[in-house]
Amino acid sequence: MRTRLARVAALGAAAMLALGACASNNGGGGGDVEAGDFPEGSTMAKLAEAGTITIGTKFDQPLFGLVGPDGVPEGFDVEIGKIIASELGIAEGDIKWEETVSSVREDAIANGTVDIIVATYTINDTRKEKVSFAGPYYVAGQSLLTLKENTDIQGVDDIAGKKICTVSGSTPEQNLLENYPDAEVVPFGAYSDCLEPLRNKQVDAISTDNVILAGFAADNDDLEVRGEQFTDEPYGIGLAKDDTDFRNWINDVLEEIYEDGRWVEAWEKTAGTVLPTPEPPAVDRY
Amino acid sequence: MDLFFDNAPTLWSGFRVTLQLTAVSGLLALALGLALAALRVAPLRPLRAVSMLYVELMRNTPLTLVFFGMVLVAPQFGIIPPLGFWTAVLCLTLYTSAFVSEALRSGINSVGVGQAEAARAIGLTFGQSLRLVILPQAVRTVIPPLINVIIALAKNTSVAAGFAVVELVATGRRLGQAIPGEAVTILGGIALLYLVFTIPAGLLATRLEKKVAFAR
Repeated sequence: MRTRLARVAALGAAAMLALGACASNNGGGGGDVEAGDFPEGSTMAKLAEAGTITIGTKFDQPLFGLVGPDGVPEGFDVEIGKIIASELGIAEGDIKWEETVSSVREDAIANGTVDIIVATYTINDTRKEKVSFAGPYYVAGQSLLTLKENTDIQGVDDIAGKKICTVSGSTPEQNLLENYPDAEVVPFGAYSDCLEPLRNKQVDAISTDNVILAGFAADNDDLEVRGEQFTDEPYGIGLAKDDTDFRNWINDVLEEIYEDGRWVEAWEKTAGTVLPTPEPPAVDRY
Repeated sequence: MDLFFDNAPTLWSGFRVTLQLTAVSGLLALALGLALAALRVAPLRPLRAVSMLYVELMRNTPLTLVFFGMVLVAPQFGIIPPLGFWTAVLCLTLYTSAFVSEALRSGINSVGVGQAEAARAIGLTFGQSLRLVILPQAVRTVIPPLINVIIALAKNTSVAAGFAVVELVATGRRLGQAIPGEAVTILGGIALLYLVFTIPAGLLATRLEKKVAFAR
């Protein structure tokens, strides 16, 4: 009995080893990376040496970073994070995911809580004063969501005099107030609160980033995203300010995965399930 | 400081909405609360039960849920209230009236039962004895708790910020978004603006209390 158990255990262990070998080969060249491959003293060398990385992402953003009941985040941001980790020779299981809501992102980087942030993080000049950005790896943009039966609103040019629901104190709200003063802004506490008023025709449309709207449209057959996106929100990877080597290295990784198809693959299995696959944006080495 | 002068018109419009919400809901809640308190001491058991049920329901429901119920749930049952100011007034009135009623009831209970008996004995109806004998005495003791309820209402109006009303807090959020890095200063300023009417209300309570004080 004992020998049989041992044999089963040995078989199991062998299978695990084989699986492990497969997994690291799938990393697209990331499997056999060592600290010595990177310049001494660089962030990449330190992370590869440590064998672990802490990545900040959203935990409540469908398609990009959403934690399910099992506690594991999923989405396009998460996939991008995994690719970067694998390029450092860090296995998926050794990544520590940290929730970074919008308001804490700069602080989380400044005080070292996270190594990088991949969290629908729009690159802009005020943020560049506090953190450095690699990427962009995707360009989102503000758009409109209406009822399918609505024919009045075909795009942003039709919103004058219409009631547009958005979140109080958000960037989309500010953009509407500044650039579309003829539209009537109806601010709620959360985008999901806008759905019922939209169905009851108390508001004419909901406006925010297309990726959020696409999530709603995918879940609700009666809703539709209308018109082209009318702002550019380049999503970047946030890292410690002025860590130029690390930034350049991540930019190289992004360009590599644009080329070898891993970017498209990551997109198609997450956000690509409801959004068309875009061209990868050009990396901005500012 | 420039931050506040530059944005004075925006802040003023938010301040005005908060003030209007407080004033309109406050007056309506006082009226509804008075009616509820009267029902609560009425000589008919079903009337007392209705009032008690309402007060307990509203007093034990978080205000945010009252708003949710009115704005997001009621439409599913075919009741579609207009978005914005008047729905906020309705929610704040329904909620605050329960607290007004309880404050008044405590005042009514503080008036000796002999007063009510004497009033009925000389032939006053229930309404008359309440209006002419009980309430004038009760109101004196309830002025401080009533002002408390109104101060709480003034701050509770901020819940409307999440339901299509651009009052002080929603205005503060907008400014915070428009002027990055100043969010804390702006929210601090917003908090100070609430004091502009809550502190005078407190002072008024103290003065009224002194004025109507009487020896028992």
